[in-house]
Amino acid sequence: MTQKIEKVVAQVGGIILGKERQIRLAIACLLARGHLLIEDVPGVGKTMLAHALAASLGLNFQRIQFTSDLLPADIIGVSIYSRDTGSFQFHTGPIFSQVVLADEVNRATPKAQSALLEAMEEHQVTTEGETRRLPEPFFVIATQNPSYQIGTFPLPESQLDRFLMRIHLGYPDNEAERALLQGQDRRDLLEGLKPCMAAQELAALQQHALRIHASGALLDYVQELVNHTRRTADYINGLSPRAALAVLHAARAWALMSGRSHVVPEDVQAVLPGVVGHRLVPAGEVGRVNGADVVAHLIKQVAIP
Amino acid sequence: MTDPKQAIALRHLLLLTLSLTMVAAPHAARLPWWLVALAAVLAAWRAYLAYARLRLPSRWLLPLIVITATLGVYFHYRTIFGRDAGVALLVAMLGLKLLETRSLRDAMLLIFLGYFLVITNFFYSQTILTALYMLACIWMITAVMVDLHHAHAEPPFRAQLHTAGALLAKSVPLMLVLFLLFPRVPGPLWGIPRDAFAGVSGLSDTMTPGSLSELALSDAVAFRVKFTSSIPETRHLYWRGPVMWDFDGRSWSVPRFLYGTPRFTTGSRPIDYEVTLEPHNKRWLFALDLPGKVPPRAQASSDYQLYSHEPVITRLRYEMTSYLEASYGMEEGRYPIRRALALPEGFNPRTLELAGTLRAKFPDDRALVGEVLGMFRNENFFYTLTPPLLGENPVDEFLFSTRRGFCEHYASAFAVLMRAAGIPARIVTGYQGGEVNQLGDYLIVRQADAHAWTEVWFKDRGWVRVDPTAAVSPLRVESGISAAVPLTDPLPLLVRGDFEFLRQMLLTWDLMANSWNQWVLGYTPERQRQFLAKVGIDDATWQTLAAILFCVTGLIVAVLAVLTLRQLRTRVHDPVKIAYLRFCSKLRHKGLPRDPAEGPVDYANRLERLRPDLSPAVAAITGLYISLRYGTEADVTGLRELRRRIRQFSA
Repeated sequence: MTQKIEKVVAQVGGIILGKERQIRLAIACLLARGHLLIEDVPGVGKTMLAHALAASLGLNFQRIQFTSDLLPADIIGVSIYSRDTGSFQFHTGPIFSQVVLADEVNRATPKAQSALLEAMEEHQVTTEGETRRLPEPFFVIATQNPSYQIGTFPLPESQLDRFLMRIHLGYPDNEAERALLQGQDRRDLLEGLKPCMAAQELAALQQHALRIHASGALLDYVQELVNHTRRTADYINGLSPRAALAVLHAARAWALMSGRSHVVPEDVQAVLPGVVGHRLVPAGEVGRVNGADVVAHLIKQVAIP
Repeated sequence: MTDPKQAIALRHLLLLTLSLTMVAAPHAARLPWWLVALAAVLAAWRAYLAYARLRLPSRWLLPLIVITATLGVYFHYRTIFGRDAGVALLVAMLGLKLLETRSLRDAMLLIFLGYFLVITNFFYSQTILTALYMLACIWMITAVMVDLHHAHAEPPFRAQLHTAGALLAKSVPLMLVLFLLFPRVPGPLWGIPRDAFAGVSGLSDTMTPGSLSELALSDAVAFRVKFTSSIPETRHLYWRGPVMWDFDGRSWSVPRFLYGTPRFTTGSRPIDYEVTLEPHNKRWLFALDLPGKVPPRAQASSDYQLYSHEPVITRLRYEMTSYLEASYGMEEGRYPIRRALALPEGFNPRTLELAGTLRAKFPDDRALVGEVLGMFRNENFFYTLTPPLLGENPVDEFLFSTRRGFCEHYASAFAVLMRAAGIPARIVTGYQGGEVNQLGDYLIVRQADAHAWTEVWFKDRGWVRVDPTAAVSPLRVESGISAAVPLTDPLPLLVRGDFEFLRQMLLTWDLMANSWNQWVLGYTPERQRQFLAKVGIDDATWQTLAAILFCVTGLIVAVLAVLTLRQLRTRVHDPVKIAYLRFCSKLRHKGLPRDPAEGPVDYANRLERLRPDLSPAVAAITGLYISLRYGTEADVTGLRELRRRIRQFSA
């Protein structure tokens, strides 16, 4: 099983060069049935990552470009009167897809944002009194420009909370950048990608991730971490129980990817920056410290029980 | 920690206001009403602003109130310094500071002001009740301070009280050490102005009709006495105080200090006792008639008054010896005798006339004294706390018309009669009797026991005590004032003692108060020396005291720190973890410590890089540890294997 995951990692890594850790986190997020938020400046390969992931996992893929005039109907779909049948017919929107790339999600108005976020949470869409299930697996990759750029509606904390992970891609290092410049056109590479696993296999992996064993000692560690953020005054708010669950789910997926049948503290530490980086706001120095540093500090502070 | 500039939350502000109100509340009775109202309005205003989320008043309004309040204090006290004015200003500023409290930093400042305000309460009262109340205040303030530093998670205030209580409990040993060892300063708290005890009641150096009966309404304790042997009978308990020689027709007064060596011959064995005198802002020390020695830092006048060198403004304890029977003043000089016969011209003519008649009838001095006492006893004289008011010639009016009086009336009338008849007489004021507290076996003498009697001079006997009140109301001297005055007279409840249960409770309370006085408030430099001598430190200078203080304080802090740190260290019960920790400690001794936040896999990887030679053993142990602690299989053989491997492991 893990071999297939490794194949996916290798394949996506062939397109997004030098970002193996981020690719692994993205896959862990998918295995934990969470949604992913990628925050970075334009042009570092956010869209490419989403595309490559979808193609490698054999999932269908839709992209929604969020703009300031995007309406909820543009995401969910709309009912149109059909003259042939004499009734309204629902035309599904791009959200009805297994992998949805919500590009530049913070450029849309809060109204459009919340349409997406509700669909993410419920895995279903309700329009005109009719509830429609979204396909399984359902995985949203949203990208976000750093909020200090012009023309953005930054996602509020409550909505950030719905993303299991937030990752940064960052600039490639010299070596990777040189390989990128020397290599083929990325679009062509993307066209040539072959699925590494079937949709059923992915579903099986997701099921398997849920059964990864988390011992009492491991749960103690997660609780210690969460309690620490609630006790100290370093953060504006402590971590919520939802965040604790998210940490555990992500750590299980990470353990699965590492070929273990149980979670070890390192798994928790590996996913922690992605999972809580966007949920913890350090007190006093809002916006100046990046999430990864905050979490690295948190990890250092809490002894493993 | 928490950001000092962080805005203060409503809950914190309300708690802060509440705790400061608690501390300042006892001052309310002592401050002018307008200041109390100002402080209350300011606090209520601030609470309202916080509740309604309104902006704080502008920066120019506050200085205006500051100036107004300062001026108000100045015009009320005629100064802005000293205890009363200082406290008044402090309370006003507290309210004002509350009104500009925006951030955590301001709130912390208020907390410290609150602690300081606790001290100011002790400028006024140092009773057990005050101490207990202030302890509660400190607890509250500390809890609020703990609460202030809880930025988000808001546990119930009970939890903060619990934390604060634990903190205070930890400070108890420190407090005891500081109390016992801190170099003592004689006298009251540093630099308390002399007006601190301006309001205390007690005997004064003049006596007008009504001055003692007013005092009899106070159940305040004058002094407490602990006898070495048994307590003498009540009728012998004449506590000698100011002696009055000069009469101006209406009031008696104490002359300036009369120099001379008091000399006496005793007719009985000495009585030893210890007096703890409450501060009364005068110089007199009280002793059983007749005092046989002079306490330290005091001197005696020729009429057996004991004067302290300075006014008694702190509780004073002194050992005394007295003789119940003694004769004194045999060789009184010409001037004192003349002084003891002087009467002002033109006052109390009928009394003078009566004295003349009596003198003609009884040429013998003793017979005359007996006749006057008989008159008080047999004629229609009443002993009462509420005598009618007297006019121009008080003695005449008392003797011939009203005939109702308290001890000062009888003493005064008797002395005037004696002087008019040519017998030297003077008035002695002090206390008579006292209440025995069986619980602590000591005597409580209250202001209500204030008394006045006379001394007359016979050529062959010297000064002899004559108590005319005893003639009118023998009960007063035999059983105390409550038995002597009519039930309708307004005696204080404590003195009256109609409710036995209440009385017992009050006596128990007085015992506690007395112990508090003796051991806490009365812990003087003298006592400190005694205590230190007892634990083997003789001749302690303040330098040695300071050195001991630092050592003991350091020791206590160290012990507390160790205990606290041990509490912080989580107890490990898991045998797998214990085994692993042993493995880590083996490596730590080789300079390869594991960071507490480092997981076993990372640690093993790091070890592999640093000490490739250990790799197989480390890998085996780590693998076993992980599968035992984090894996699904929990078997005993695995644990045994892990222990074995760790035992054999050496870096």
